[in-house]
Amino acid sequence: MSSLIAWIMRAIPFGTIIMYGAMGETITEKSGNLNLGVPGIMYLGGFAGFASAYFYENNVANPNPVLSVIIALVCALVASALGGLIYAFLTISLRANQNVTGLALTTFGMGVANFFGVFILDGATYSAAPIANKAFAAKIPVLSQMGVLGQTVFSYGFLAYAAIVLAIVLHWFFNCTRAGLNLRAVGENPATADAAGINVTKYKYLATCIGAAICGVGGLYYVLDYNQGIWATTGQIEALGWLALALVIFTTWKPLNAIWGAYLFGILYWLYQFLPSLLGITVSSAMTDLVQMVPYVVTILVLIAVSMRRKKEDQPPAHLGLAYFREER
Amino acid sequence: MPNTQYAIRLEHITKTFGEVTANHDVSLEVHHGEILSLLGENGSGKTTLMNMIAGIYYPDEGEIYVGDEAVDIRSPRDALRLGIGMIHQHFKLVDVFTALENIALCMEPGEKFDLKKVRSKARAICEKYGFALDLDQKVYEMSVSQKQTLEIVKVLFRGADILILDEPTAVLTPQETDKLFAVMRNMKADGKAVVIITHKLHEVLTISDRVAILRRGEYVGDVATKDANEAMLTEMMVGKKVELDIERPLPVNPTRRLSVHHLSVTGPEGGRVLDDVSFDAYGGEILGIAGISGNGQKELLEAIAGLQRADGGAQIQFFAPGAEDKPTSLIGKTPKDIRDAGIHLSFVPEDRLGMGLVGSMGMTDNMMLKSYGKGHSPIVDRKSPRELAEEVRTELGVVTPGLNTPVSQLSGGNVQKVLVGRELAASPIVLMTAYAVRGLDINTSYTIYHLLNEQKKKGVAVIYVGEDLDVLLELCDRILVLCGGKANGILDARTTTKEEVGLRMTDLQSNKKEVRA
Repeated sequence: MSSLIAWIMRAIPFGTIIMYGAMGETITEKSGNLNLGVPGIMYLGGFAGFASAYFYENNVANPNPVLSVIIALVCALVASALGGLIYAFLTISLRANQNVTGLALTTFGMGVANFFGVFILDGATYSAAPIANKAFAAKIPVLSQMGVLGQTVFSYGFLAYAAIVLAIVLHWFFNCTRAGLNLRAVGENPATADAAGINVTKYKYLATCIGAAICGVGGLYYVLDYNQGIWATTGQIEALGWLALALVIFTTWKPLNAIWGAYLFGILYWLYQFLPSLLGITVSSAMTDLVQMVPYVVTILVLIAVSMRRKKEDQPPAHLGLAYFREER
Repeated sequence: MPNTQYAIRLEHITKTFGEVTANHDVSLEVHHGEILSLLGENGSGKTTLMNMIAGIYYPDEGEIYVGDEAVDIRSPRDALRLGIGMIHQHFKLVDVFTALENIALCMEPGEKFDLKKVRSKARAICEKYGFALDLDQKVYEMSVSQKQTLEIVKVLFRGADILILDEPTAVLTPQETDKLFAVMRNMKADGKAVVIITHKLHEVLTISDRVAILRRGEYVGDVATKDANEAMLTEMMVGKKVELDIERPLPVNPTRRLSVHHLSVTGPEGGRVLDDVSFDAYGGEILGIAGISGNGQKELLEAIAGLQRADGGAQIQFFAPGAEDKPTSLIGKTPKDIRDAGIHLSFVPEDRLGMGLVGSMGMTDNMMLKSYGKGHSPIVDRKSPRELAEEVRTELGVVTPGLNTPVSQLSGGNVQKVLVGRELAASPIVLMTAYAVRGLDINTSYTIYHLLNEQKKKGVAVIYVGEDLDVLLELCDRILVLCGGKANGILDARTTTKEEVGLRMTDLQSNKKEVRA
């Protein structure tokens, strides 16, 4: 029982990271832009959030936790949105190949974060922002004390709950608002959206930048909450970014599915640690990485199932990955 | 001179795409309460012209007036604001949306997002014009005519005064067409200006008040429909016959090489794109295939070449020289099967750099596409393709910096020479060409005609799909006319007239189908 609780308590924070990545990417993909730069953008967001919190803590006499949260959030949002802007400019205005641009952005984001990280680390293997970490990871005061329920449901930082709220808001946005309808039309059939008088370029830019900003929050959550406020030379963010991309496919582009899908991915990812205690299966250390691949296997199974069912609603936006040019003949 | 009786007026509109002039100095006006037919062959610039009104393209020169006012239509949004609605030939609908959601996309920018209001307004439009439309149906579940109804409701929802319909009847059954025409008459009675783009003459005569004719991007003139007849419209559409002086030797000893019987092909959307076509092609003659593009030419050639699946009951037989009594069936064979069976069938497709050649490879490598499988060595033989490439280059005069320069960097004419050269090198028995001279200059075109004639003299059965009627009439021996995927007669190219071919291209002669060859 206790190991099951521990498993859930691992899986939910882990799921939260990729949930942010997946939700951001879902917004981007709904506009028809396939941004493979999610890992890089999560790096940008995570590093910008960490660096700003770190400098705030170390340069102010009495750092205020709330202020450090706000500073870190704003910096993470802005930095990752800028990453999205690079992608948007290259693919929308210059009509560069989306796959190549996205992959380049991944390399770029990782490079930028690690390059500037060197100055903060200053020779050490890691540095920390404890005050920001404490603020981000603060549990819900009373509820988290309520036994098993408190441990498994109420013992996470506020961003974990914000992710769930955001997923519900996104679901409402896509399905019940005009901007959401227009955005989906842009991703499905930009020529139609254009002919209906929708500003395709504007929607694509906004969706890409806002989507990237939300991806960045995933990176921020990883560094300042999940990773205990530590920026280190070795990072796991990239792997998480790819997992977020897989999650988008797993959810069939529906934000509500991202909630349970992300936690399921978390549970599967940590499967190797809990297999021995729960099911009595021992996993040799050589097999760990193989077991960690299960989320990807599940994604592939979902892909196969979806393509076999041929349900139009479960397909990616029809114009995903393609540039739009009105006068094309 | 501004005049309020016009709904919309175009003055001296010119639009070019690269070196191609789509519209040249076109002036045109449409009145309120009028249905204007815009008539012209394929590529005559009808759609381009209308797209400029709808804000898809922006004219290079000229002015557009809506009412009295000179307007600048820079985007579809501007067009909608001016009350211009266009129903495009390829529907502009989002497949995974319901009808209602598609209509909601067309709401005014400032309007409150209220699907209930959209629904009641859409219902009101449906009732007024008598449309049967399920607003909650997803577009991908709709039939073509339902989709078109939705498009019309969309345009009316936005409150358009000027309606443009681009070949609206192309995909409709006759009953559906009648319904559409009733709707158009309703709109006309409502004082709206309606433009219908079409090349079906009987429809022009049924529905419109006035006909404006475009030919090769230029405005030919207009006639009131009550004063017009089919022959006169055809002549205005295809123009006077132009003498081209293409050599045409008489067929020597024609032998049947290819026999097609009851060939039908089902399109991706379910309808028959090619419907029960039968003909024979003889060695030593050029068989022309005429038709407005998209009437089954592509499917016909591809079905023969093994690239399209023919519907059941079809027969395609190939008669090899010396084995005229033992035909080989091509049905169900892939292009590789056909080649492996020793059948010399060459195909110069319409899409030269997509289907014919690989644009990023040089001439040598493109020649190798046909020979890489030869021999047993795991290493491909580059020598003979290089020799072939050199031969094609000198004999056809291909202008290229080198044999390894990517062919996509060559001009259109040179690309075609490379492709034709390669196909002729396979010493075909049957040679099929689709729009072989499209986009080529006069000299290169004549080079291609000459090459085809050479093949004809060698006893090859040449099939020439073309769009220029003057060329078809002077180059070919017989002309098969396709209309709506059906064979609309085979004419003797030496005796038939341009009007006859034009008429058969636009009007199905179901009762008077005659074969005169």
